[in-house]
Amino acid sequence: MSLTKPTATLTEAMTVPKGERERRSPRHPSRAASIAGRMPFWVFTGALAIVFLYPLVWTAISSVAPLAGTGQTDGWGFGNYVTLANYQAGVWVYLGNSLFVSLLTVILTLVVSMLGGYAFARFKFPGKNLLFLGTLAILMVPYATLLIPLYVLLASVGLANSLVGVALVLTMFQLPFSTFMMRISFESIPRELDEAAMVDGCSSWTALWRVLVPAVKPGLITVGLFAFLAAWNDFMAPLILISDTNRMTLPLAVSNLRGQVQGVVDYGATEAGVVVLAVPCILLFLVLQRHYVRGFMSGAFKG
Amino acid sequence: MTTATTPPPAAAIAPRRRRSVSRRRAGTGWAYAAPTALFVVALFVLPLLLVLQMSGSDWPLLAGNQGWNAPENYVDATQNRFFWDSIWFTLKYTVLATVLLIGLGLGLALLVQESTRWKGVLRTAFLVPSALGLASASLLFYVLYSPYAGPFADLMSSWGITFLGTPEGALWSTLFLIVWRYAGFYMLLMLVGLQGISDDVYEAARIDGASRWQIFRSITIPLLRPTLALTTVLCVTGSLLAFEQFYILTKGGPDNSTITVVQLIYNMAFQGQNDLGVAAALSVIVLLALVVINIVQLRTFNRSEED
Repeated sequence: MSLTKPTATLTEAMTVPKGERERRSPRHPSRAASIAGRMPFWVFTGALAIVFLYPLVWTAISSVAPLAGTGQTDGWGFGNYVTLANYQAGVWVYLGNSLFVSLLTVILTLVVSMLGGYAFARFKFPGKNLLFLGTLAILMVPYATLLIPLYVLLASVGLANSLVGVALVLTMFQLPFSTFMMRISFESIPRELDEAAMVDGCSSWTALWRVLVPAVKPGLITVGLFAFLAAWNDFMAPLILISDTNRMTLPLAVSNLRGQVQGVVDYGATEAGVVVLAVPCILLFLVLQRHYVRGFMSGAFKG
Repeated sequence: MTTATTPPPAAAIAPRRRRSVSRRRAGTGWAYAAPTALFVVALFVLPLLLVLQMSGSDWPLLAGNQGWNAPENYVDATQNRFFWDSIWFTLKYTVLATVLLIGLGLGLALLVQESTRWKGVLRTAFLVPSALGLASASLLFYVLYSPYAGPFADLMSSWGITFLGTPEGALWSTLFLIVWRYAGFYMLLMLVGLQGISDDVYEAARIDGASRWQIFRSITIPLLRPTLALTTVLCVTGSLLAFEQFYILTKGGPDNSTITVVQLIYNMAFQGQNDLGVAAALSVIVLLALVVINIVQLRTFNRSEED
């Protein structure tokens, strides 16, 4: 619960200028001297930035570069992507599976955590604290500890080898973060807002839908973004719950694609797969950086 | 927990009306919380109970439940030839990963703390890798480390080294991947913590003539303690449960030197032995160990805060 405050100040950490300390410094070296004095700093931090960006850039470039033993043997081109597209059931099937799981997880997470957050923020009901603690307790339990029994449990209700089953499990793993996030989002809105709506004759449902949902939109975006990234990237849940090759998600398919042909690894196709996996995540990150940063902290429990 | 059962004090004044309203409110509250409750009970509480039952039962992957055999699974689990090796390796990995990530996260945060355009660019550069999934990042480094397709292939063949070929090399190569993937994220948490330290404290220390190092040691570190506690707990928990990075990069090799505890659970359940009972017993052991480790960590941090 100590997370409430850091979450609130998180966007500020990324946006609010923190330069006063520097500027208030009593010494005022001349401009040229200060530039010369900063040179080692620029070189050092620039090198660091390159270390972080290099693997990404290298993979993107070499996925279209020629290399013997891959789908792109001479000249530059998209041969590796063709290999990837024709791998087993075809990359479109795996992309489709990944999209299906991700979108279903996002929808379920949004609906469940929005209703749950509203209940926790605005109502008193018996067992409320127990349920909230129970939701947070999901964080305490290792992934593998739950996936083994879930494998048995889902099979017994006819959800063995099912993408819906994977989405349900991923939604459950998202609940601690998203319920927590939606609860503090609803709690940060003054009660007068929905009470006024109820006095005007709204039911609790119309007050939620018409008045509160627009107000908690930033929270919903953060929750949805995290649910998407978690589901899109998840590896262990489909690895354990899915055995049919036609129902694999993309990370699983790309991982299996290595060493399919007589034990020889097709590095080119793997690179292409990494690019296809990474591009949506990086784009979402760059577009929604602020929401990302805000939620990252509370969402990071899982490590 | 008491708030849910004790009626509000105003109930004494207008008992009947207030109680019926609050009961109706409670009903509505439950209705909104019902989906959450359904998920928690069906996909969390039930599996937890089931894993306890499985850990005490003979439960092959394909044949299903064959009845109680407790405590055979626990005996088998602890006598597995990789049990102690995997625990030792997981602990070693956890300590190294935590020290590296907390140290580098703090270092990066101090580097980019002030808000200038260049430092904004740096922050984004450090953060981009954390947008990738761990599996994608592992696959990326699998190619990067390859002695055939990687950018260091020529270097490796001329110097006769490999990244993943020796136990030590595999461990450090995986640690580099983890640092690359998570350092920006820990930097972010540290930035939040640093943000919470008032400028006045620094100002006062500077007026008193404190050096940079003295300020760091006597002001930044003590005031950052809550953040350091949170990040350490996060990092330790995450590292103890490491799976994807080793599953994809090393497959536990070379010579079974990089098997983590979670990997052992996975192998026990789905590869080779196909014994869900023993895997469940291992899962329960990991769960209990994790709870104990987290309690000890929180106690330690609380105690040192009181001093």
